[in-house]
Amino acid sequence: MSRHTLSVLVEDVPGVLTRVASLFARRAFNINSLAVGPTEAPGYSRITVVVDAEGDLLEQVTKQLNKLINVIKIVELVPESSVQRDHILVKVRADAATRLQVTQAADLFRASVVDVSTDSLVIEATGTAEKLTALLSVLEPFGIREIVQSGTLAVGRGSRSMSDRALRSA
Amino acid sequence: MTKGSPISPSLMANKAPAKSGDAVRTKDVAASVSSIVDAVNPVQGPNNIVPPTEMTGSQAVVRSLEELGVTDVFGLPGGAILPTYDPLMDSTRINHILVRHEQGAGHAAQGYAMVTGKAGVCIATSGPGATNLVTPIADAHMDSVPMVAITGQVSSAVIGSDAFQEADIVGITMPITKHSYLVTKAADIPRVLAEAFYIATTGRPGPVLVDITKDAQQATTTFSWPPKIDIAGYRTVVRGHAKQVREAAKLIAAAKRPVFYVGGGVVKGHAAAELCELVELVGAPVATTLMARGVFPDSHPQHVGMPGMHGSVSAVTALQQADLLITLGARFDDRVTGVLSTFAPEAKVIHADIDPAEISKNRTADVPIVGSVKEIIPELTEACRELFAAEGAPAQAEWWTMLDKLRQTYPLGFTEPEDGLMAPQRVIQRIGELTGPEGVYVAGVGQHQMWSAQFIKYERPHAWLNSGGLGTMGYSVPAAMGAKVGNPDRVVWSIDGDGCFQMTNQELATCALNKIPIKVAVINNSSLGMVRQWQTLFYDGRYSNTDLHTGHETVRIPDFVKLADAYGCVGLRCERAEDIDATIQKALEINDRPVVIDFVVSPNSMVWPMVPSGVSNDDIQIARGMTPAWEEED
Repeated sequence: MSRHTLSVLVEDVPGVLTRVASLFARRAFNINSLAVGPTEAPGYSRITVVVDAEGDLLEQVTKQLNKLINVIKIVELVPESSVQRDHILVKVRADAATRLQVTQAADLFRASVVDVSTDSLVIEATGTAEKLTALLSVLEPFGIREIVQSGTLAVGRGSRSMSDRALRSA
Repeated sequence: MTKGSPISPSLMANKAPAKSGDAVRTKDVAASVSSIVDAVNPVQGPNNIVPPTEMTGSQAVVRSLEELGVTDVFGLPGGAILPTYDPLMDSTRINHILVRHEQGAGHAAQGYAMVTGKAGVCIATSGPGATNLVTPIADAHMDSVPMVAITGQVSSAVIGSDAFQEADIVGITMPITKHSYLVTKAADIPRVLAEAFYIATTGRPGPVLVDITKDAQQATTTFSWPPKIDIAGYRTVVRGHAKQVREAAKLIAAAKRPVFYVGGGVVKGHAAAELCELVELVGAPVATTLMARGVFPDSHPQHVGMPGMHGSVSAVTALQQADLLITLGARFDDRVTGVLSTFAPEAKVIHADIDPAEISKNRTADVPIVGSVKEIIPELTEACRELFAAEGAPAQAEWWTMLDKLRQTYPLGFTEPEDGLMAPQRVIQRIGELTGPEGVYVAGVGQHQMWSAQFIKYERPHAWLNSGGLGTMGYSVPAAMGAKVGNPDRVVWSIDGDGCFQMTNQELATCALNKIPIKVAVINNSSLGMVRQWQTLFYDGRYSNTDLHTGHETVRIPDFVKLADAYGCVGLRCERAEDIDATIQKALEINDRPVVIDFVVSPNSMVWPMVPSGVSNDDIQIARGMTPAWEEED
């Protein structure tokens, strides 16, 4: 199984996320992560979905997604020509004795401390999935209390916009 | 799929020069290379112009249906759809047929759509009314039947509160509809209905659900027609890609053992005449699937039969031994392919379908062509004609020698049951012969369905209706009712099983009261016959829960003749082979009421040939434990 990042431009109407998500469930496609939010174009949302699929299955995924009426356009964003980022919030045990070590570790990953209490820190980090995994493994010895993570967000490099052409022709 | 190249479904095997950057999978790439369904106005119907008029949402529902050209609808009212039923009563253009169960309305809409090609319409209330439509919606989805289901929904203010008769029908039907709408504003009604009909009937047809809240029906709005519709995410490719068509023609010209594998898409695409021209030009054998029976005449010498689990030896073998499958509007269903990896192992595949997702879903296509078979087939014919003129028509004499031998050696047939009861196959065969190809035959699901597909000779499309994909027992009676409404001048037979019949026979009341004189042949083997057949073959004859006690020497609960009588239908019973013809004739002469015939047949008859589940089509059995004697290839 290889991992693919699909950017799906959809109409921002009620139920659209359900349609996309239930399509994956119904067709037994595997979602690795999913993120959704509004775009620069009013009335349209963009879903970034990371799927585990081989070539033929990936083709089925995109074809089935394309059949959804609310789906406007699908683009596969390959790592070489796109920026892909995950966002993470980690609550780590950190008392007076370990706090400095934890914050230094966070600094190394260009993560920032967004909350401090007497015995914990909340660290916010953005990066590729690999970088965040590395961060977590460094923080792990201190004791991780909670992890909250976003789905992958991705955008193509260069000046081209996924939505302008699609929406112009639409 | 190559990274970095634009990929549209229609261009799958026709990879454009690689561009750097993202692999684009978009609907609009197709636009640059293919024509698009962009009818001048996608709003269906006569397109009358109606100036802005004040009316309620419910009046807008009825008026929209009228303007869309709808003449017949099937439904059953209830609380949340009540507002719409009031103006419906005044409509002179719409004939509403009150069913006895919403499932009946759904299947009737399917039957109507199958014979007319127009979208069938069914109406139900919220909650249980809507959930009763789930089976026909799923059925229409599997068999690509154009249907618009309109349901009432509780008022928008109480949605989500578990209000009385509230069900999230949009959510429930999401995986089994082509699209669905929840309408909460009266002003949206005309546009949504116009879109629903457009989506249901274009591209690969399918069911569209329109769920309208009670407050939207009751609110006042300004109605005007036609509405503006623009569905950005819905573009259907109809014209096949010219290069792909030429590639297909090359494969056909080079093939030694080509076979046409023709599916229900050719029926839906109304391309029977185009198909015939292509087939006669190419000279190859034709196999018509369960959904395609009749789209190519059974009497045509190039027809080798139905493929699949209960297909003829000639059709199954033609596909297995082919070196080229010319697949038109078919989807490589497991009932056709058997174990997929062993299906037609030496064949290259041309696959023409309007739904890009069907192409290479199960079997990888060598030459995929996305588009309507109505457009693709004539182009393919033309391309073949040019190629044959230049290079000569392909020689298929050897191929035909083998297939002809198979047809002669293993024709479809049946043996007399040893219990002395009637052979069900004979009953069905005689119904077909005495009624003729102009009749419409609507089967339920099971043994009688397979025998109806095998032993009735179909000469025209839209004459054979059945539940192929979903396999819905109970489809027959209501679908026959819908077919009779759509084709009032044709004889419409519901060929049903005793099990199926008991699932939906309440619609006999609808037929009797609305003067819809269908003829129901209950092939009564007193059991759930197909399940019983599997129990005979695979479960050592342990008949767990398949005896229905309706047949010979049983308590006959229910007695189908009395049941027919109770419903105001003519009830006939036939128990002896010598009475079959006279009984059918009698039924054919009655046209003022529905007729129900209880054909009491043997429970021991089985459907043959059969490819047992989980084995290769090469292991087709012509009778229990008997496989055809394959000749050794030299």
